[in-house]
Amino acid sequence: MSTATVALSTTPLESSPSHTAKVYFKEAKYEFLKNLRLRMYTASVLSFPLMFYVLFGLVLNSKEAIGGTRVPTYLIATYGTFGVMGASLFGTAAGLAADRGLGWLQLKRASPMPPFAYFIAKVVMSMIFSAMVVVALMVLGVSFGGVRMPIADFAKLLGTLVAGSLPFSAMGLAVGYFAGPTSAPPTINLIYLPMSFCSGLWVPFMFLPKVVRQIALVLPPYHLSQLALGIVGAGRHESVATHWEVLFAFTLICLGIARIGFQRDQEKMYG
Amino acid sequence: MSLKVENMPATQPIETRRMVASLEGVSKNYGPVRALRVVDFNVCAGEVVALLGPNGAGKTTAVKLLLGLMPPHNGRVRVFGRDPTNPENRKRTGAMLQVGRVPETLRVREHIDLFSSYYRKPMPLAEVLGAAGLEKLGERKFSDLSGGQRQRVLFALAICGDPDVLFLDEPTVGLDVEARHMLWEEIRRLVERGKTVLLTTHYLQEADTLADRIAVINQGAIIAQGTPAEIKAQTSGKKIRCITGLGIEMLRRISGVTEVREDREAVEIHAREAEPVVRELLARDPQLSGLEITSAGLEEAFLALTRNNGQNENQQN
Repeated sequence: MSTATVALSTTPLESSPSHTAKVYFKEAKYEFLKNLRLRMYTASVLSFPLMFYVLFGLVLNSKEAIGGTRVPTYLIATYGTFGVMGASLFGTAAGLAADRGLGWLQLKRASPMPPFAYFIAKVVMSMIFSAMVVVALMVLGVSFGGVRMPIADFAKLLGTLVAGSLPFSAMGLAVGYFAGPTSAPPTINLIYLPMSFCSGLWVPFMFLPKVVRQIALVLPPYHLSQLALGIVGAGRHESVATHWEVLFAFTLICLGIARIGFQRDQEKMYG
Repeated sequence: MSLKVENMPATQPIETRRMVASLEGVSKNYGPVRALRVVDFNVCAGEVVALLGPNGAGKTTAVKLLLGLMPPHNGRVRVFGRDPTNPENRKRTGAMLQVGRVPETLRVREHIDLFSSYYRKPMPLAEVLGAAGLEKLGERKFSDLSGGQRQRVLFALAICGDPDVLFLDEPTVGLDVEARHMLWEEIRRLVERGKTVLLTTHYLQEADTLADRIAVINQGAIIAQGTPAEIKAQTSGKKIRCITGLGIEMLRRISGVTEVREDREAVEIHAREAEPVVRELLARDPQLSGLEITSAGLEEAFLALTRNNGQNENQQN
C-alpha cells in the first residue's frame, strides 16, 4: 500500500445542526464581547449619539418642535439612525480590515470555522449595538425629555432602526475588504460623517441647503431616518416602500462589492 | 528521538507509510516573484517533518497551500487525499500561522473556547492550557500577554481541536529557550499520540532535534530532503582546522575543498572528504600545525546547500 492515503478510512461524521448553531452562537457572542471591551468602539459608537442627544435634544431644544413633532422625539429618530450607522460601519469594517490585513482571518479560514459564521457574527454584533444605542436614546428621551408614544411605536421604531443596521453592515463589509487595517477607520469617518450631515441626521432635513437635500435622496441614511421619522409622525411622508427598496438595493450592491473583495482575497496572498 | 530515526534505513519508511499531505509539482508566484518553483514534497502519517530554510525561502507559502488558503499556479496539493479546502480536512487539521494581530480584548480561555467549538471532539480546556503552558493565564486578556505567551496561545488554538495533522509555521519564533523546549516536548507528545506534524523553521537545531525528516528549502525550491543524518551526510563532509602558511586562494584551489574561512590564527577548510585534502595540505606545508578534523554539523550542511543553490541560480541567469 504505497502512497495510500489515510483520508477515507474514517467515516466523516456529519456536523449536526445543533453543533453548527452552537458555533454561530459562540462566534457572535465573542464578537460582541470583543467589541464591548474595546473602549475605542464603545466610546465612539455609544457616546457620540447619546452626547449629541443630551445636548441638542434635552439640554438645548427640549421645548421646541420640528414640524409638529417635539425635538426630543424627533431626535431619537435621527440620532438613532446616526448611532445605528456608526455601530454597524465601525463594527464590521474596522474589525474586518484588521483581521484581513494582519493574518487573523487567515488563521480563522484555515480552521474548521464555517466561513459565514464570521460575517454573521459581525452583523449580529452590529445589530445588538444598534439596539443598545436606540434603547439608550429612548430611555433618555422618556426619562428626561418627556417623550411619550404608544409602546407599539417604540417597538416599531426600534425594529426599523435595528433592521436598518443591515445596509450599513453590508457597507462596512465592503469597506473592510478594500481598506487596510489602519486606513479603515478614517475611511469610515470619511463616509459616515458627511453622509450623516447630508441626510439630515445632525441638522433637521428642512434646514439643509437645497443642493444637499437633493444629494440626500441617494443616501441610505436619509431613507432610514425618514422611515424612523415617519413612525414618530415627522419626516417628509414619502413612500415607505420606496425607502425600504432603496435600502434593500443598497444592501445588495454593498454585498456584491464585499463579495468581489472576498474573492480577491481568496486569490491573492497577503501578510 | 532523532537517534531512533537515524538508525532507520533511509529509503524504507517513507514510501510505505501513509501519505497525509503532499505538494505535487507545485508552483506559486506572487506577481513576478516565484515563491515556489515545482516543489514535490510530502508528509506521512505519524512523522514530524521540518521545512527548513531562510526567510523568504517559501516555507510560509508551502504551509498556506497545504492549508488551502490559496491555490497553486501549477501542480496539485493534497491533504488526506483530498483538496485542502475540503471542510472535512479542516476538521482534522490544526494550524499555527504568523499572525500580526489577534483580537486583544478576548481572554485566553475565550479564544480557546471559540476555536474548540469549531471541532467535533475538542480537548478539554484544562488540557489545552496545560499543553501550551498557559495554566495560569486562562483569564488573561490577549493584550496583557508577552510575546512568548501570545505565541503559546496560537499553539493552543492549533491543538485545541485534537486534530490529526498540525501545520505549524515558525511555531517557536519569539520563544525563549525554556518555552521552546517545552513546545518541542509537546510536539513530541503529539506525535506519540499518532499525530502528524509539519513545521517550518529557520532554526537548524530545532529541525535537527525534532524532525524525523527535514526538507531544506531555498529560493522556492526544495534542495535536499532526508533524515537529519542524511542531510548532514549528503553535503556536509568534514571540517578541517589548522594553522598553515598557505594562502587562502591556494587552499581554495585544492580539489575537494568547498569552502575556506579564516578563523583567528587558523583556517577552517570545508571538504567533502578529509583525507585527500589533508594529504595535500601536509605535502604543501610541512610546517602545518594544530590540525583538527570534525564532521560538519547541520549548520554547515545548510550553509553549503543554500550557497550552492544560490551559485547554480546565478550560473543559470
